[in-house]
Amino acid sequence: MSTSEERLKDLLVRGLAGDTAAYHRFLMELSAHLRAFLRRRLAGMPDEVEDLVQEALLAVHNQRHTYDAVQPLTAWVHAIARYKLVDLFRRRERRELLTEPLDDEHDLLSSADADAAEARRDLAQLLETLPERQRMPIVYVKVQGLSVVEAARLTGMSASAVKVAVHRGLKALAAKIRDAG
Amino acid sequence: MKTDDLVSLLATGAEAVDPRAGVRRCAVAVGAGVLVAAAMMATWLGVRGSLAQDVAVPMLWVKFAFVASLAAGGWIAAVRLGRPGATLAGVPAALAAPVLAMWTLAAVALNGADASQRAELFLGQTWNACPLNIAVLSVPVFVAALWGMKGFAPTRPALAGAAAGLLAGAAGAVVYTFHCPELAAPFLGTWYVLGMLIPTAAGAIVGRFALRW
Repeated sequence: MSTSEERLKDLLVRGLAGDTAAYHRFLMELSAHLRAFLRRRLAGMPDEVEDLVQEALLAVHNQRHTYDAVQPLTAWVHAIARYKLVDLFRRRERRELLTEPLDDEHDLLSSADADAAEARRDLAQLLETLPERQRMPIVYVKVQGLSVVEAARLTGMSASAVKVAVHRGLKALAAKIRDAG
Repeated sequence: MKTDDLVSLLATGAEAVDPRAGVRRCAVAVGAGVLVAAAMMATWLGVRGSLAQDVAVPMLWVKFAFVASLAAGGWIAAVRLGRPGATLAGVPAALAAPVLAMWTLAAVALNGADASQRAELFLGQTWNACPLNIAVLSVPVFVAALWGMKGFAPTRPALAGAAAGLLAGAAGAVVYTFHCPELAAPFLGTWYVLGMLIPTAAGAIVGRFALRW
């Protein structure tokens, strides 16, 4: 088992337990691995790489509750990245551009690319299109870093409603990405 | 938005998540679905009167174990397929075992019977109602299981839908055993299997669309 696997798994497990610093570190390192992985597989569509890195990161976040710590992290991340990659090919109907095998999960964490390109799709703009009751909790909690309690006071919602709105809002954001192509 | 900013957004305020929440959601939904199926069976078909005497018949328990083990296998397959990258190791064998065991019993029963009795063992009294009754009883569990699966992230939606369908079909069959009088292995190995395969096939089709994320 690679050291990246152990290291990232440790960060994610701590992140899932509520350690946001570890979770931030996990997503940062994962984004470099995802970028290298996707860049090789999107050789014919270099402009799509950063968009797909972001889409995959959002998917990892939205589905993080499906990670079972007894499972290898590589397999879990690879399945998500592959799913989003195949989805992109379906949207582009350009399966033939697939030059690298998709099923080799072991090289996912073995390479990293910290050189982020500019994403073409602006998630900040997409965020603006969410309904107000989802958008404002995300802006307060996720962008401004306010506590759920503060966000609840500012929006007039209950604390649990704020949490649900953040969760649903980020899922709605992922759905908008998928539908927009 | 830059990727680093997205990472910060996602990590900010990310609270602890319960890794068992998905399984719990599924279990509650499926449990509720089974209760609805049981209520449907009791009002629409009725619990058969001979049930109290039948508990002494070993084949009743074989029949119950047959459908219950398939329901358990369908449950395990569904919750495994709900997690990206999880393997199905052992699940296909666990699903094949009860079917093969029932078919073996069927072969023994048919082999030991007179030619004149074989049609009776195979068709029973209710062959033409059985698969459809099981499929109808599986509907509430089917809806519940698919809803439960939406709480997961299946990366093979058709297969995950089929697993949810099998779970529903087998759970419907478990409920149906409280009504159904048939005990012959050739009957169970044919019409019960067919009844469970209807929601399984439906799940594979519906899952493709309903379980995408």
